[in-house]
Amino acid sequence: MCQVTSVVPIAKMVGSNRIVQGTGIVHVLGDANLPPEEEKALRRKTVLQAIEALKTEAPGK
Amino acid sequence: MQVVHYLNQFFGGLGGEEVADAPPEVRDGAVGPGRLLERVLGQDSQIVKTVICGDNYAAENPDVLKAFVLKEVSACKADLFVAGPCFEAGRYGAVSGALCVDVGTEIGIPAVTGMALENPGVDLYRQKLYIVDSGESVSAMEATLTKMTAVAAKLAAGQEMGSPTEDNYIPRGILRDGFVDKSAAERMVEMLYAKTQGQAFQSELTVTTFPSVPAPAPVIDMTKARVAIVTDGGLVPQGNPDNIAHTAATTWGSYDISKASDLHGEDYEVAHRGYDTRYVCQDPDRLVPVDVMRDLENEGVIGKVHEEFISTSGLANPLANSRRLGQEIAQKLKDSGVDAVVLTSA
Repeated sequence: MCQVTSVVPIAKMVGSNRIVQGTGIVHVLGDANLPPEEEKALRRKTVLQAIEALKTEAPGK
Repeated sequence: MQVVHYLNQFFGGLGGEEVADAPPEVRDGAVGPGRLLERVLGQDSQIVKTVICGDNYAAENPDVLKAFVLKEVSACKADLFVAGPCFEAGRYGAVSGALCVDVGTEIGIPAVTGMALENPGVDLYRQKLYIVDSGESVSAMEATLTKMTAVAAKLAAGQEMGSPTEDNYIPRGILRDGFVDKSAAERMVEMLYAKTQGQAFQSELTVTTFPSVPAPAPVIDMTKARVAIVTDGGLVPQGNPDNIAHTAATTWGSYDISKASDLHGEDYEVAHRGYDTRYVCQDPDRLVPVDVMRDLENEGVIGKVHEEFISTSGLANPLANSRRLGQEIAQKLKDSGVDAVVLTSA
């Protein structure tokens, strides 16, 4: 599992192993200030980061 | 005092996992650790009945066991119900907690159990019960029974229970008013002073700790993986068909996206009262990125977008409840053959 969140400290605190930084609490995968195409490109970038994280060995005690 | 004691198959002497499906049975008098319990309780008390049940049977048939125990406890007019101690045995702990609650509420006599802090029974029942911390090791049997007996004696005598440290039980999360000599500011400065001096001090707040979670192995080949989207941001179809609560949700839902390549605001709403949901309502892909995931599926970057996304509301939820939701969702995903999950949080 990879968690995409805008509040990384909380994800870390509860022990999430794979975390990707989102764009904001109100739109974790997007940005309402961007034109639609750019916003989708940003979303794609974030999802690809999550997919990369899923392929990567994660630290876990 | 007349006491009824509950034991699992192991402590009851029936055997190990191979008899974990044994249905409840009752014996006269004390069995196994019950003999030690009887000695610790003293001369005025005796264990009149011992109920023994296999852990799997107990976990799978809670209503049968509950009825069995309530009948035995009422029949012998017991003054006290003791379950365990259960140490780290999870099923045993959860069942013992449930039985203590049932006996307490339905028969109205004191009920006490003991288990290790990590036992899931603690999370489930510490707010409702006095649970003694047994630690992990069975070698602490006598010490644990002694503490459980002291708690039971206080409860039976109707005495007011002291703090968890005074009376040796696991904190129940109850705040009680009390008189103190010093103001918060004075106490805080004293603590700070002690800290800077390297002296011991007792914080008045307990910080929640989270056990570390083992990291799942990486997905070897994402191009063959079935990937599910899960969110705690509360996206649900219009009308909120599963009635997921906006705050402290107790349920989650699973919603079909097999034919969707883009989510539209008019089809969805958000069951979450902890953030400004307008942006997600405008375009749900901002929380549940079906558009991008579908593109990546079509391009062969991932194998398959799982046909349903799962949603709940992660707001002001008691930890025990969140854990249950997480376990249920994980089980559902496992059963559906999902290889990887993208969890999006508001």
